[in-house]
Amino acid sequence: MTEPIALEPAGGPSLGRRAVLAGGVGILVMALPLRALARPSLEQAVASFTGGAPVSAGRVRLTVPPLVENGNAVGVTVEVESPMTDAAHVSRIGLFNEKNPQADVAIFRLGPRNGRARISTRIRLATSQTLLAVAELSDGTYWSSEANVIVTLAACIEDLS
Amino acid sequence: MTRALVSVPPAAKRGEIVDVRAMIAHPMETGYRMGPNGAEIPRDIITRFVCTYDGAEVFSAEFFPAVSANPFVSFNLIATESGTLAFEWTDDKGQIETASAEIVVS
Repeated sequence: MTEPIALEPAGGPSLGRRAVLAGGVGILVMALPLRALARPSLEQAVASFTGGAPVSAGRVRLTVPPLVENGNAVGVTVEVESPMTDAAHVSRIGLFNEKNPQADVAIFRLGPRNGRARISTRIRLATSQTLLAVAELSDGTYWSSEANVIVTLAACIEDLS
Repeated sequence: MTRALVSVPPAAKRGEIVDVRAMIAHPMETGYRMGPNGAEIPRDIITRFVCTYDGAEVFSAEFFPAVSANPFVSFNLIATESGTLAFEWTDDKGQIETASAEIVVS
């Protein structure tokens, strides 16, 4: 008789904790597909760019300022090591982000007539996040480079005032 | 025509790699912002940029809302022949803006 009485106070709170945890998991399970619908993840965006082909790190150099004051115009340079000949050149460069409302930033098509696989542009960043540049080479391989950026003033989702 | 700004060196040696820069005045409205009355501002961005060198496409880009207002892009080209570099931007409304520059190759 004393044992169940001794167990009950211990069992009570632990059941409560379980219920709370289960509820929490339930909310997470429901929230995750909604978020996935709202925006494809970085990995999904890259997979749709590569057609599911594996991406190796290297050969690409993504240059972004590590700290930006204004997320509305962030200078980005992507350079890929490539001889840019008819036989071996960069055919596409994709630029992706982790936390903007949309994962894609821009896709560039290049060829042997560019002479050098290097592009620069200016982009918007909604918050501090990781940027990823993926290059498709003419031999069908994919290479990537990532960079972290800290943004103090966000872009994209601000209201007009 | 006046909305676009392109930078191409006027002269180059044959085989030289030149810098090309192109920028156009465009709001690149993302479609994620709210106006003062709480209504969504509809998306209006440039989706495509193409550069041709004597009629042949040498560089193109596909833009998403994350590209800044007044989209700027720079890239390289090998100066092969004297000729015209033509630039073309297409936006969500189907409006096409063009610019061109001459390059003399010696």
